[in-house]
Amino acid sequence: MDFTAEQIERYSRHILLQDVGVEGQEKIQKGKALVIGAGGLGAPVLLYLAAAGVGTLGVIDGDVVDLSNLQRQVIHFTQDVGKPKVQSAKEKINQINPDVEVITYHKFFTAENAFDIIKDYDFIVDGTDNFPVKFLINDACVLAGKPFSHGGILRFEGQTLTHQPDTACYRCVFHAPPPPNAVPTCSQAGVLGAIAGMLGTIQAAEVLKFLVGTGELLTNKLLTFNAKTMNFRTVNVKKNPACPICGKHPTITELVEAEQAACELKKK
Amino acid sequence: MSKIKVNNEEQEVTLPLSLSELIKLNKVLQPDMVSVQLNGNFVLKEDFDSAAINEGDEVDFLYFMGGGR
Repeated sequence: MDFTAEQIERYSRHILLQDVGVEGQEKIQKGKALVIGAGGLGAPVLLYLAAAGVGTLGVIDGDVVDLSNLQRQVIHFTQDVGKPKVQSAKEKINQINPDVEVITYHKFFTAENAFDIIKDYDFIVDGTDNFPVKFLINDACVLAGKPFSHGGILRFEGQTLTHQPDTACYRCVFHAPPPPNAVPTCSQAGVLGAIAGMLGTIQAAEVLKFLVGTGELLTNKLLTFNAKTMNFRTVNVKKNPACPICGKHPTITELVEAEQAACELKKK
Repeated sequence: MSKIKVNNEEQEVTLPLSLSELIKLNKVLQPDMVSVQLNGNFVLKEDFDSAAINEGDEVDFLYFMGGGR
């Protein structure tokens, strides 16, 4: 792959990095990342991956931009209220970097479409806001052998973990989704807007490190932070033998519809 | 008093002590929603009552965080 003079200039700060260079930038350009959810986490992830020149960015989100999103979802502007989030995101990505091919899916990520969508991507980013889909992303990626970044935020706190085959998965740490409404979400408990940026940029850095093949990923590590104290902590976690999807005796061998899973829990 | 570490911070506790009791002592808001590692190994929720805390143990309480949008 040959870079034009303009691309060399655009990516010069990457190319200057010993760990990236022209070779690493080529890997970024060949990379395909899927961002699930174009919201608080998805916004910074998409903006930085677009600026970095990731060749193909998939964006999946079935929602439209709401006024209450703008406090943190920095890829959407006031004039975008009412517009599909994937369209709003694509427009900004194209403006930041016309090198990037954007593939939009104006729908939600479900057990039915999961495998078909993730199969074309090198790395998947969880930018969703509810447990059933977070577990669905985990299950789909573990079963398909795809690396992904889990991200969660609430109030002043964030957590993230990167999974690659044969490392701890989200279910190793948190077995199953909590019952509906047992644990508050951002829409119920609120979130400081900048927290989404803090965690999303960590996720974006993981994607770029993965594509370039440099550094250590947050595999077998759960990074948590509390912005009230600005304490960051990395907890070592390891594959859980009792994990229902990647443990010794897995009970999950296929994807279950997220909504159904939530309803089943309700009945118990 | 015996010294242990909870979420990387030193705590003094009186033994014997079960993991369930330690969860109560730490005023974990939703005890049935917390994931616990004892010395780097996950403890099944059904074993919280029987898991004994020993001097020098390192305990991690990990909480669900479901937001992102």
